[in-house]
Amino acid sequence: MLELKNAGVVFNEGTTLEKTALNDVSVHIQPGEFVTILGSNGAGKSTFFNVVTGAAKLSKGQVFLDGKDITDLKEHQRSKNIGRLYQDPSQGTAPHLTVEENLALAYSRSRGPFSMAVQKSDQEFFKKNLKRLDMGLEERLKTPIGLLSGGQRQAVALMMSVLNPPKLLLLDEHTAALDPKSAQMILQITSQLIKDEKITALMITHNMKDALEYGDRLLIFHDGKIVKDFSKEEKEKLQVKDLIDFYDI
Amino acid sequence: MEVILRAVELGLIFAILSLGEYITVKVMDSPDLTVDGSFVTGGCVCAMLTLAGMPNIGLAAAFAAGVVCGCMTAFLETKMKIQPLLAGILTMTGLYSINLRVMGGAPNVSLFAAPVPTLLSNPDTQLIVLLGAAGLIGLLLYLFFKTNLGLMLRACGDNENMVKSSSINVDNMKFLGLGLSNGLVALSGALLAQFQNFADVTGGTGMLVLGLAGIIIGEAVLRPKTIGVGLSAAVVGAVLYRLLYTVALQLGFAATDMNLVSAVLVAITISIPVLQRKMKEKRKKNA
Ligand SMILES: Nc1ncnc2c1ncn2[C@@H]1O[C@H](COP(=O)(O)OP(=O)(O)O)[C@@H](O)[C@H]1O
Ligand SMILES: [Mg+2]
Repeated sequence: MLELKNAGVVFNEGTTLEKTALNDVSVHIQPGEFVTILGSNGAGKSTFFNVVTGAAKLSKGQVFLDGKDITDLKEHQRSKNIGRLYQDPSQGTAPHLTVEENLALAYSRSRGPFSMAVQKSDQEFFKKNLKRLDMGLEERLKTPIGLLSGGQRQAVALMMSVLNPPKLLLLDEHTAALDPKSAQMILQITSQLIKDEKITALMITHNMKDALEYGDRLLIFHDGKIVKDFSKEEKEKLQVKDLIDFYDI
Repeated sequence: MEVILRAVELGLIFAILSLGEYITVKVMDSPDLTVDGSFVTGGCVCAMLTLAGMPNIGLAAAFAAGVVCGCMTAFLETKMKIQPLLAGILTMTGLYSINLRVMGGAPNVSLFAAPVPTLLSNPDTQLIVLLGAAGLIGLLLYLFFKTNLGLMLRACGDNENMVKSSSINVDNMKFLGLGLSNGLVALSGALLAQFQNFADVTGGTGMLVLGLAGIIIGEAVLRPKTIGVGLSAAVVGAVLYRLLYTVALQLGFAATDMNLVSAVLVAITISIPVLQRKMKEKRKKNA
């Protein structure tokens, strides 16, 4: 599904600020896998995602999606197949557009540039889907999304990324900016949507409990490398205290 | 009465300017300085074609020429990586020479000798024609902003990073927005030339701020929350501004001072929210 071959990223190469953010990373993600990712700050987790989406350039190595070499494709060319959610809910939505307009941005585009973005049938469809979130958002289609709470915005952003299911969904600490209750809720919805839509997903988190509870594979990043790769069976036997040791390598 | 009617008519012409600028200033969140050049380009192109006996083709050609001006700025901005403000200034500066060439080297031309009457030749229907034009353009823009393409353009100005990471090509959106904006600006310049029977290469100075004044006054009056009200506000504001302008002239302001008046007005209106906040803080401290 997704494969990185000897991927390396060096920022500010040749200057005193030179920083190797990814160091010769090779990994193969299987179709349908839900992979959780742990690692201390600066370990290169976000850079790993950036390399997959095309937001960061590889200094060496290659990226394959479904067997196709996408190393030289631009960000907007890759994003048809790759969805991404960020830590900051405001990054994933356009604040002055209404809830339905944000959803339409993700959903209606295939109808062609000059067709109306929000049609009657879309509103029904959006309402039905927003009901799945159980946050009362189906009543707020006309509200500019900037007026919603962080948790609500993140929920809509999540919905946006699954309305047109991508082949690959990247979640970059997408619950870290939310209060604990909203965070748990978004996490459950995420896991449910990934299952329902059968999406391959990678999720970065700082919460070790969540990393063990969700997903069926666990990667641990350190210093630009993947230092541990636990399969589903290994992961089931792991406990939080086993993981803490890996942070002190 | 005559004076007021003329002010409303001019206001409607500048309403089209404000609608054009609305796209860059409000939707794309990046004011574009091409305006002072492309406004004149519209006037010059239209004037020459009107003199050649094709006044309506002249209006269409002015729009097209404006689109080209906007695309030039977009090209400098996206492909040559020049800062938006500088890109606009470069295009505007280059346009000064081009506008002179369009007019065959003459700094201004008169349209009184035009062989065929224009849409604005008949004083009895001028108001209707201009009302129709401003209304139609506002409506078309409103509908456009509700299409998928329009939504993408709005999202670009609202959250460029999000759009970058979706499959929308941000560069193409800049071409679309700047092109459409300057097309309307040029059309406004073309209508002004036909209305005044006169085109002048120096007539663009202050047009950006003038269009902005319309948008800002409209906002102060209608306080728009949606894009529909926002577009209407730009039209209403432009007409109101022209009426204020006329009053100022009647009060004895010199026409040559009006650019200063516009600039001061825009500066004050934009800074009112900041001033209000400061006043509040001061009052809190004193209390
Ligand atoms: N654009 C950039 N320029 C320079 N250094 C960067 C840039 N992006 C990330 N880095 C550096 O690369 C390292 C890895 O960053 P990142 O992938 O964001 O870590 P993580 O997401 O695991 O916390 C950090 O040391 C960070 O400072
Ligand atoms: Mg990170």
